[in-house]
Amino acid sequence: MKLLLKIGLTTKLKQSITMVAVCTSMLFTQPLYAREIAKKTASDLEFEASGKMAVEQRYFLKEGLYSQQLSRSQSSFSIEAELYWQWNEGSDSVIFTPFYRVDSQDEQRTHGDIRELAYVHASDDWELRIGIRKEFWGVTEFQHLVDVINQTDGVEDFDGEDKLGQQMVNLSLVNDWGIVDVLLLPGFRERTYAGENGRLRGPLVVDENNVSYESSAGQQHLDLALRWSHSIGDFDLGAYWFHGTNREAYLSPSLQSSTSDLAQYSLQQHYAQMDQLGVDVQATLGDWLWKFESIYRTTTLEDFVATQAGFEYSFIGVLDSNLDLGLLMEHSWDSRGEVEFGEQGSLMQNDLFIGARLAFNDMQSSELLMGLGSDLDHNAFSFIIEANRRFGDNFIASVDVRLLQSNNENDLLYSLSKDDHAQLSLAWYF
Amino acid sequence: MLTQKKLMSAIAVLCLTLVSNSSTALTLDEQKGLAISVEAKKRDLGWQDSTSDMQMLLRNKQGQESIREVKMKTLEVVNDGDKSLTIFNKPRDVKGTAFLSFSHPVVSDDQWLFLPALKRVKRISSRNKSGPFMGSEFAFEDLSSFEVEKYTYKYLGEEELNGLTNFKVEQYPVDENSGYTRRIVWLDTKEYRVHKINFYDRKDSLLKTLTFSDYKQYLAKYWRADKQEMVNQQNGKSTVLTWSNYAFKTGLTDNDFNRNSLKRAR
Repeated sequence: MKLLLKIGLTTKLKQSITMVAVCTSMLFTQPLYAREIAKKTASDLEFEASGKMAVEQRYFLKEGLYSQQLSRSQSSFSIEAELYWQWNEGSDSVIFTPFYRVDSQDEQRTHGDIRELAYVHASDDWELRIGIRKEFWGVTEFQHLVDVINQTDGVEDFDGEDKLGQQMVNLSLVNDWGIVDVLLLPGFRERTYAGENGRLRGPLVVDENNVSYESSAGQQHLDLALRWSHSIGDFDLGAYWFHGTNREAYLSPSLQSSTSDLAQYSLQQHYAQMDQLGVDVQATLGDWLWKFESIYRTTTLEDFVATQAGFEYSFIGVLDSNLDLGLLMEHSWDSRGEVEFGEQGSLMQNDLFIGARLAFNDMQSSELLMGLGSDLDHNAFSFIIEANRRFGDNFIASVDVRLLQSNNENDLLYSLSKDDHAQLSLAWYF
Repeated sequence: MLTQKKLMSAIAVLCLTLVSNSSTALTLDEQKGLAISVEAKKRDLGWQDSTSDMQMLLRNKQGQESIREVKMKTLEVVNDGDKSLTIFNKPRDVKGTAFLSFSHPVVSDDQWLFLPALKRVKRISSRNKSGPFMGSEFAFEDLSSFEVEKYTYKYLGEEELNGLTNFKVEQYPVDENSGYTRRIVWLDTKEYRVHKINFYDRKDSLLKTLTFSDYKQYLAKYWRADKQEMVNQQNGKSTVLTWSNYAFKTGLTDNDFNRNSLKRAR
């Protein structure tokens, strides 16, 4: 009798799951307006489409430092769609995320990319992910030091947080003692750089057609990464080893095959092989988040250690309101020290960052972020404000202001010192 | 049977701690308040796991409305707080964002947020209990699972509500980060279902009223209200929460509540 009841229950349960799925899919199909469409077929396949379209307007406060650069204003339009299929109740899925941007001034910024095109199979304690994907590692806010898998889409934005899709085979194993990720990365992506007419670049343009590799396999080198990550109580820990092509190119001036009589120089990109060890730690202790990232990188040209460390403290419900205020402070250090102009190294060799994040927790999810970066070795500052708010149900408007200041002509930041700008963008989510 | 035994021993320990800490025994009203809450929790044990869809209708004083849609997966954890995964679907700009929480009755919860634009998993501070959930009138603590240890209790008497006889119990949050000094909860004497909660702010004035309606019973045991309406008595805003597609014992395990499942949550 008991057994019978049990069987009856499971059938009922199965029925109710099917009902849930059917109801959900009906819920999705209802709005005929090009929103997400979900359809349940006999093979259990579910499909979902969504995306974002945005217009962006940049206004530079001063004329550019270099003659070919655009003068004051730059407009652009971008679209990113996400197509998603899943079956076997989500155990198998395919995601496709194409992206394209058109820029009014900088032809290098007019570009497209497949951000994701991947198949994922999720089993009980392992996952296999094959295709073009994005993988983020790290805990800090002002610099993403340990984040190594994806190449930076450098023309996208000033903060370097936009990444190009990376081809990979990723096996992820869940254990009691943490998650182990094994990544095979066939095929390397070259970084994108601003073109001749673009702002936010150095005096010489990076030549996309003048690229060399240390490895004889060139762009086809098979990179490897092995990562462990785990949460133990209040601590979140991660450690990895990466072997493969350095995502940062060594740039050196080279004479362009001159078509005109004038000798023109541009920058050649050289991608060396590297081994990198990385560690990231976050301690979440009440209102305090303590963050630490460190890498050790060795190439045939140099060895160095770099760290990014700091904290975030949050005040919840400031002055009995719904406002949350987060205060951030981080320090960057790099063993290579101050970098002469044109030399290899990091801008963030001894820099201090402070920031404040205000979340209004209102219906429109209004947010304000301010940050100040200061080079402690010489006189250079950067200041950013980011504000965004939802309009209606599907629009997000944001304003970004970036001010850059350097008195030292030998500083890399000096070449950007005329590039103070405000950026306004309006995105529609569908 | 096992869970009941464990619960009873947990309660015994709790009572003992309460008694030894306050050095005075609980008053009769406190004992009865605790006993009602223990019974309510006991009646809701053993569902193992659940999945459901939640829609929030936010309304401000001017009558402007906005919709939030999330999907919830919850795993019952014996002798600890539940594990939950919240997947955001609307508004569209937060689609794909997911929130993983391991709640604990006494120590602070463990919480992670997945941000789809960067593909970043971020451990966040769980101190934010009193803050609004997605701009609604529900605070994070209003949506977390009920655990006996989270409050101390006082029985206030019986009262008629929705044609049912209700226990009226006052609850005092143990956590100093709670946004409330107290809550008054109405539970019907027959099924121990919550029908109404009054929330009192840090200044002890009435802040919000939450009413539960459209109760349905699942697996012939567990009661869930399809509708919850929260009205802010101080600013006139309200949020109506509608649950649908409830399913229990769907076979979720610990492995559905880790970083990997957070990253691919849909």
